[in-house]
Amino acid sequence: MKLLRCWMLRVAGLFRKNRQDREFAAELESHLQMHTEDNLRNGMGPEQARREAMLQLGGLESTREAYRERGSVPWIEHLVQDVRFTLRQWRKSPGFAFTAVLILSLGICASVSIFGFVDAALIKPLPYQDTARLVGVFESIPLFSNSNLSYLDYVDWKKLNKSFTSLDVYSGRALLLKTPTGTEAPVSAVVSAGFFRTLGVKPILGRDFNPGEDSAGAAPVVMLSYAAWQKRYGGRSDVIGQTMTINGATTTIVGVLPRAFHFAPVDSAELWKTVDPTGQCESRRSCHSLFGVARLKDGVTLHAALADVTLIAKQLESQYPDSNRGQGADVSPLTDVIVGDVRPILLVLLGGSGLLLLIACVNVVSLLLVRSEGRKREIAVRSALGASAARLARQFLAEGLVMAGMGGLLGIAAAHWAMRLLTMLIPEGMLSGMPYLQDLGLNARVISAAGIIALLAAGLFCAIPAWRSASDLREGMAEGGRASAGTAWRRLGSRLVVVELTTAVVLLAGAGLLGRSLYRLLHVDLGIVPEHLAITNIAAPMTKYKTDELTVALGRRVTERIASLPGVQAASIASMGIPLGGNGNTTWVRFVGRPFNGEHNEVPFREVSSGYFNTLHAKLLRGRYFTDAEDSTKPPVTVVNQAFAKRYFPGEDPIGKRYGNIQLEPKSITEIVGVVEDIREGPLDQEIVPAIYTPFNQNPEQYFTVVARTSQAEQTVLPALAEAIHGIDSELVTGYQTTMMDRIRQSPSAYMHRTSAWLVGGFAALALLLGVVGLYGVIAYSVGQRTREIGVRMALGAERRSVYQMILKEAGRLIAIGVLAGLVCSVAVAQLMSKLLFGIRSWDAPTLLAVAGLLALAALLASYVPARRAASINPMEALRTE
Amino acid sequence: MSDKAEVWQGTLALMILKTIEAMGPLHGYGIARRIEQTSGNLLTLNYGTIYPALLKLEQEGAIDSEWGASENNRKAKFYRLTRAGKKQLEKEARSWEQATTILARFFAPTEDLA
Repeated sequence: MKLLRCWMLRVAGLFRKNRQDREFAAELESHLQMHTEDNLRNGMGPEQARREAMLQLGGLESTREAYRERGSVPWIEHLVQDVRFTLRQWRKSPGFAFTAVLILSLGICASVSIFGFVDAALIKPLPYQDTARLVGVFESIPLFSNSNLSYLDYVDWKKLNKSFTSLDVYSGRALLLKTPTGTEAPVSAVVSAGFFRTLGVKPILGRDFNPGEDSAGAAPVVMLSYAAWQKRYGGRSDVIGQTMTINGATTTIVGVLPRAFHFAPVDSAELWKTVDPTGQCESRRSCHSLFGVARLKDGVTLHAALADVTLIAKQLESQYPDSNRGQGADVSPLTDVIVGDVRPILLVLLGGSGLLLLIACVNVVSLLLVRSEGRKREIAVRSALGASAARLARQFLAEGLVMAGMGGLLGIAAAHWAMRLLTMLIPEGMLSGMPYLQDLGLNARVISAAGIIALLAAGLFCAIPAWRSASDLREGMAEGGRASAGTAWRRLGSRLVVVELTTAVVLLAGAGLLGRSLYRLLHVDLGIVPEHLAITNIAAPMTKYKTDELTVALGRRVTERIASLPGVQAASIASMGIPLGGNGNTTWVRFVGRPFNGEHNEVPFREVSSGYFNTLHAKLLRGRYFTDAEDSTKPPVTVVNQAFAKRYFPGEDPIGKRYGNIQLEPKSITEIVGVVEDIREGPLDQEIVPAIYTPFNQNPEQYFTVVARTSQAEQTVLPALAEAIHGIDSELVTGYQTTMMDRIRQSPSAYMHRTSAWLVGGFAALALLLGVVGLYGVIAYSVGQRTREIGVRMALGAERRSVYQMILKEAGRLIAIGVLAGLVCSVAVAQLMSKLLFGIRSWDAPTLLAVAGLLALAALLASYVPARRAASINPMEALRTE
Repeated sequence: MSDKAEVWQGTLALMILKTIEAMGPLHGYGIARRIEQTSGNLLTLNYGTIYPALLKLEQEGAIDSEWGASENNRKAKFYRLTRAGKKQLEKEARSWEQATTILARFFAPTEDLA
């Protein structure tokens, strides 16, 4: 306590130094006068009296000094002096200061902003209780590992498991909400009643779902997200107990979720409803529509839980072979479920920005070294005049601190904007799938990370010049010592340049590989012509379109109406998702007339209208497409993709072959009428799997997508599309209006690849620039040092050509080492990020060669300039300068 | 001159506090003179050293200061003991006494060495 008080007063003393000094001067003066008077009284002469008083005081100046030291904090004062001195020095060479601070802030900005994302996605705890004990629970099938649970399986798992304190389910759904202006389909989710209790999330208003509110016949209840509460109810607290009409049912609002709550797997869902066990899908064991989330019991490991549910899955498999054959189980940490996709890309970016930071720091260190070389004499003089080694080191410390401080502050400020910019570049659809980014920004963790980086940089910046100066203090004064000191510096400088070049090669190679992956990805064969396709999702109220006939009629009307719009050449409809969305709906097929031993041939299917393939410009390989007349009154038909034909009918003609469901029920028997070339239904970077297309008219859905082939820019017809649909029936809800090209560009896989390619590319470009500038610095310095030597050589008859050679050889050696080391490191690094590469191997020779060539070329150009200067040295002048 | 003792580290503060307690509010010069006199002129004291010590005590809150007029009507800064200072003095005096007693025992002729 007392100590703290002292320190505060002393620090305060820093700011009232002048007053303190003046007051103490007055006190001392009064002391001296009193003492002098006493001395006079004791019979001394006036001169002697004063002198004696001074003597006994122990010296005026040292007393003042001692008082001052006690009155404030001397080392801070010295530091302030040193900082002032540094700033004065910088004013004399603004170019140096500007460059160094700019380079450093660039490095810090890059790494801090990327760290901001890493923090938001991977470090900041998720807004649930004890997240480490939460796991995602899935069924697994050969086609997808994290596939959904069926409701009945969930109920059994919940009952039979011994590993979870609770197991609940969720699923993203489009719920139709009646609003005063029409019907909307806000992003929503259905959950089991215990979902929020499992996560450990408590509503800020109202109550959680009660146990049993997800059972059959329970009154419909809904909880609102914070955003929905604000948007739809203006944050009024009387919403509890109010009702909304959801999917035609009057539903009571029971609670509002906290602002910080988010759950990425269902995007930014606004409405949270309890799951209805009597739903069309929920009542069938073979219909998988839900994902599980569970809290592990204390002491139960992930592994044990997996073994537990796998056993249950096995049990259900033998109990319900028809529906559960081949249905395994999967358990993974919830954090992986939520941020799994972005982890690799973020880590690659973090690595890239770290390398850039490294290069930036190395560059600044070289700049500092060049400068300390120039200041050698000044330092030697100061030390000869009595500055201690510690005092000189403090000077370097001050310089390093100022440099790191300014670079850090500028870097943090820039990072603030960079993060905003980067968030703006994320497509909206993806951003809503990453709700954890919602409060991305400069929080305490990010700022302290920046602080640590800056401090480390400061340490580096003062350590190296201080270490250097200690070794050549003595040489500084002597002209003759120059050559040897220069060599030592050159050696250190060369090493730094090799580090820079190596790093630059790694970043360039990374950027090259990612760029080529992106190219491959965007040019992957889709099996359709993606240009000029406009897309709109439609949701029809089930209460109105109750029967298949009504829905089929609606589909026909929509197709006709859209096709007749000006600028539209053709239109067709398909079940939700259309290419690239991944058709998650799957079915089991059993072939008629083939031996069957219960295996599940699981294939994704899509219901499409007859014009679908023509609208997309898909290629028919054999047989025919189905016709509009083929509806539920006609025998079921299907078109399969090439992969299907290859897998199940190798060397056979599939046309005319028939398949059915597991029991081969007569009504399920379907005839294959056509084979279409593979259409990329899933993400761009995934293998094409066997798939089937069935007529929409034979199995219509109330949610579907309309696709229009346009003759003009597809963007421009989107508004007309929506208008036409609402013109058919104002209760139809349209959503997700986009174009196929945008879908490709903004599909998560393309987005991930593009972001990483561009960012790493940007880092690489900067790294190349910095590396080359560093090399230029070293070579130019070396030429400067060797001016005399070169002069002598030339005076002795060396040709300009050999001087060129000498300099370029020196540069070439550094470049060669840097490039070789870089290539080796690149292959290793690329191995680490192989997850992000598509259609390209990590040791892709063309990329590596191009990178090596580019870097070598740029580096040679940079060393050509000083080499030219060396070759044009006039021997006479060079010798005279000494 | 040579048999005069230097002021031991850490004891100056105690001397200052004791002096102020005994004399009441006093200026730096007075304190220095008084310490010298009290020691029977056995201590050599650079008067200058008294000021950083006073400043430290003031920072610690043991004393505070005020400008006033000296006996000869000169302007001088007077130091006064605060309540915290009194407590500190008592405490330190006690521990000092204890320390000297202990030391004294070591140097006293040992009687019970039987």
